[in-house]
Amino acid sequence: MSELRHKQVGVAGLYDDPSALVRAAVEVRRAGYTRWDCHTPYPVHGLDTAMGIPESPVGGIGLLAGFAGLGTAIGLTGWLSAWHYPIHIGGKPLFSWQAFVPIYFELFVLFAGLTVMGLVFALGRLGRWHSPLHDSGIMPEVTCDRFAIVLEASDPNYSEDAARALLAQTGCRDIRPLIEYEEEDDAFL
Amino acid sequence: MSADTSILKPAPLIEGRITPRELDDAVFAPVESFPTGRWLIAVSVTGAIALLFPICIANTILNGIGTWGVNQPVGWGLAIVNFVFWVGIGHAGTLISAILFLFRQKWRTGIARFAEAMTIFAVFCAMQFPLFHTGRPWLAMFWLIPYPNDQRIYQNFRSPLEWDVFAVGTYGLISFMFWYLGLIPDLATARDRAKHPFRKFVYGLLSVGWSGSNRAWTHYEKAYLMFAGLSTPLVLSVHSIVSFDFAVSVIPGWHTTIFPPYFVAGAIFSGFAMVATLIVILRRMFHLKHIITDNHLDLMNKIVIVTSLMVGYAYAMEFFIAWYGGVAVERYVFMNRAMGPYAWAYWTMVICNVVVPQLLWIRRVRRSVLLMYPIVLLINVGMWFERFVIVITSLHRDYLPSSWGMYIPTWTDIGLFVGSFGIFLTFILLFCRFLPSVSVTEMKAALLHTQSAHGGDHE
Repeated sequence: MSELRHKQVGVAGLYDDPSALVRAAVEVRRAGYTRWDCHTPYPVHGLDTAMGIPESPVGGIGLLAGFAGLGTAIGLTGWLSAWHYPIHIGGKPLFSWQAFVPIYFELFVLFAGLTVMGLVFALGRLGRWHSPLHDSGIMPEVTCDRFAIVLEASDPNYSEDAARALLAQTGCRDIRPLIEYEEEDDAFL
Repeated sequence: MSADTSILKPAPLIEGRITPRELDDAVFAPVESFPTGRWLIAVSVTGAIALLFPICIANTILNGIGTWGVNQPVGWGLAIVNFVFWVGIGHAGTLISAILFLFRQKWRTGIARFAEAMTIFAVFCAMQFPLFHTGRPWLAMFWLIPYPNDQRIYQNFRSPLEWDVFAVGTYGLISFMFWYLGLIPDLATARDRAKHPFRKFVYGLLSVGWSGSNRAWTHYEKAYLMFAGLSTPLVLSVHSIVSFDFAVSVIPGWHTTIFPPYFVAGAIFSGFAMVATLIVILRRMFHLKHIITDNHLDLMNKIVIVTSLMVGYAYAMEFFIAWYGGVAVERYVFMNRAMGPYAWAYWTMVICNVVVPQLLWIRRVRRSVLLMYPIVLLINVGMWFERFVIVITSLHRDYLPSSWGMYIPTWTDIGLFVGSFGIFLTFILLFCRFLPSVSVTEMKAALLHTQSAHGGDHE
């Protein structure tokens, strides 16, 4: 590891216990950090509140997209069946909306589902394969059974000593530098 | 934590104590080890069976739908039977992953991933049949999907067959996204456990850079809840819409309002039977008996018995309404089902779906693999015959006695059915080998609450 050139981009504190992580997250937020994050193997109850993360808009936007899908379905079926390509069957009304209800429902679900999936990728910032957690060797621990708080050096409040002191004060016994390799090409593999 | 409440707690999710790392080791063992001889033999057998499908499809495409046993009056043969059968199989997966999630049934964690995968493969198999039933499947997408075209010809949105396109298409896509969303954190674990660079690359690619960041988890959790909320009405709608294919027509025996709930209950019934059938083999093959416990089988069998009663009620009610409704043709069709030329199929259905599952009332039967296994196998058979009875017996005796006929499936029909099973089982085997078949992420969170692997000394 050490033969590759790297720079320090922050400090990470690792915890064995999720409740210790939640308590520490409260301390970090109170200390005024803005560019920091917690990494956990599974969603930890109460961590959002501790970190001060606002309610995710995924649900609301997803529902709105569902209604957009409903509108699309009403427009699609109505316009095609009643105006653009009217099919007369047994004298039934052309805009027979009752018969289109299955399509309304399915497009509601489809639009909402696709939007929700897209939002997880966009807001959760997925699709970025590179992470200093890989370079620091912390990733295998947080995807298995440990919990990490990462304080980034780009934070205006950041200073190496203060960050370490803060983590130590929260009871963290495993504090490590967060490093990032200069040459990125081989770092991922 | 007072001792008094302990008796009210459900049975443990996992037998014995297990740490998150041991859980990872157990679940990822089949993913990370070289395929065993057993697995290779199994996959070559199912792969060989799966080959029947392209062979029979080639015969269908080269020679036309005439290679199938369909004709007047039975225009829908085994292809539609298989379509309904496979769509139904998928329903258990969505029920487990969505409805049981909303009801906070923690035990679903052990079997949800596998059942969801089963859903996707079953829907894939189901889609093949109507696609090839169109006769020219390479043109089917132009017929099925409304797209702007020069001919200015569009679909009839009043047709249940067009509803099916939207329902099954949406269902397949949503199920896939739900499944993949659940997989992402587990794929990240697979990536970080991988030793070989190629494995690390593939799992890394699939896990889309997941780092367990809580700023991602917050959206992830909301999205998971949204998918559960969307999938719950979706799963109920899909088989309802499939049942409209029949119920909206005027054929005696099809034109009944009981069809949507009857189909949905039957779908969940057959789906759970299939999950139980396969998961018993899975947990034995991959040594996951402490994670997928007898308790899981017990709970699944309870759902099987409930849905068996619903299906039995529907069978009885169909007969009652045929008599009570007083329509001569309707009465005849139902008498013909029970005593006509296809009576053997009808009674196979009743015995497998209603009579035999009653044994599951006995706790010992529910919890014993040896005793429950023949029952769930028979349910799979019975539910296939249910669709056979619905499709074939109604069509072969319609309103006009001069057009009555019999339906005899050809070898192509049977080959397609057997081949679709081969495809399904091959997918299942590949899934178990390459992806974590239990959601370790959810399991770890559940472990925390049930056995407090962490933090017991901190509190």
